[in-house]
Amino acid sequence: MYAFSYQRPKTLAEAANALKAEDAKLLGGGQTLLPTLKQRLARPSDLIDLSAIPDLKGVREVAGGLEIGAFTRHAEVGQSEVVRRVIPALAGLAGNIGDRQVRHMGTLGGSIANADPAADYPAAVVALKTVVVTDRREIPGDDFFTGMFETALQPDEIVTAVRFTKPDQAGYAKFRNPASRYAVVGVFVAKFGAEVRVAVTGAGPSVFRADALEAALAADFRAEALDGVAVDADGLNADIHASAEYRAHLVTVMAKRAMGTLE
Amino acid sequence: MPSRVTMTVNGKTVSREVEERTLLVTFLRDHLGLTGTHVGCDTSQCGACVVHIDGRSVKACTALAVQVEGCSVTTIEGLAAADGTLHPMQAAFREHHGLQCGFCTPGMVMSAVDLVRETPDLTEQEVRNALDGNICRCTGYHNIVKAVLAGAEAMKAEPSRIAAE
Repeated sequence: MYAFSYQRPKTLAEAANALKAEDAKLLGGGQTLLPTLKQRLARPSDLIDLSAIPDLKGVREVAGGLEIGAFTRHAEVGQSEVVRRVIPALAGLAGNIGDRQVRHMGTLGGSIANADPAADYPAAVVALKTVVVTDRREIPGDDFFTGMFETALQPDEIVTAVRFTKPDQAGYAKFRNPASRYAVVGVFVAKFGAEVRVAVTGAGPSVFRADALEAALAADFRAEALDGVAVDADGLNADIHASAEYRAHLVTVMAKRAMGTLE
Repeated sequence: MPSRVTMTVNGKTVSREVEERTLLVTFLRDHLGLTGTHVGCDTSQCGACVVHIDGRSVKACTALAVQVEGCSVTTIEGLAAADGTLHPMQAAFREHHGLQCGFCTPGMVMSAVDLVRETPDLTEQEVRNALDGNICRCTGYHNIVKAVLAGAEAMKAEPSRIAAE
């Protein structure tokens, strides 16, 4: 990898200041950024490691749900008694990201700021009526992901936490790529009263909500309600792992499986 | 830019000047001469480079040495007792022939020790699922899984030693 200057600030203010350097990049757990640097696909001038900032860490139960610090690692979310009690489907999702070693390093904030189209967390962020909290504002989860590897964040903006709303019931299922462990397709279903949200990751250039599946489940909240409900393959991802048509098919299949994991 | 990094490796404090881009695995192998930690794929997939940072398994090819400043690192060289007595998990890999070429073995053993520390009672299926971050190119999984299950039982019998790590 190319040389860079490494910093580990102890406060958010110091991190924000360091981020003003030209081509500075934030370092979460590094499970995507470091492989990217190793391949010389990026050349940041500065790497600003957020690991020493206590304010960015931990799970807190708040009115109506959970607030999880941006530098909380996947393994911590997966094993958190609070997350398992309040939103068990979220603990299940976090506990199945990548592999065990990746989960020991990777962070919530790093995952969503990177906005990989096949990452797991974006499905939860869109399904669970979230608010992404940054060092300067609050961004609704529905508006956070704007495209492939693109978000609503400004270049010098730092995600500090995500607030998740507790659903009545939720479930997540993914069809895993066995080599990369990313989602070929992952579907998060969440029910809030009469409202049903179905967020799909892996299938398109960015996470999206599946309107047809939401309507079917809002009318009848059972897996069987999805029988025959098709998703349009137009605009979905196609690569060596799966065609767009296959991914479209998997969306309904994974939604049904998610309904089988409701908690 | 060179930077001084200090950490505990296998119980000893080490401090070196390194370039900030130095990977943890490079630090361990090239700077400290601890070549038991292997580089397999170098793309975070295979797990041959797994070490423990503060007791948790991570891929040393996907961490910077400077990120580990102040932490305690255990490598495969740090598992056996000072008198050479193998760690129960190492002994189980030998007993059950949990290796063919042996290249993936250090990572397999380090992942297994961390797994059993967190979940002492494991089923065969749980072991298979939990080892998905470690790849054996010889496909010797059958004996690896047997070794992990036997190692888990042996670790229960030696709780004091495991706690001391």
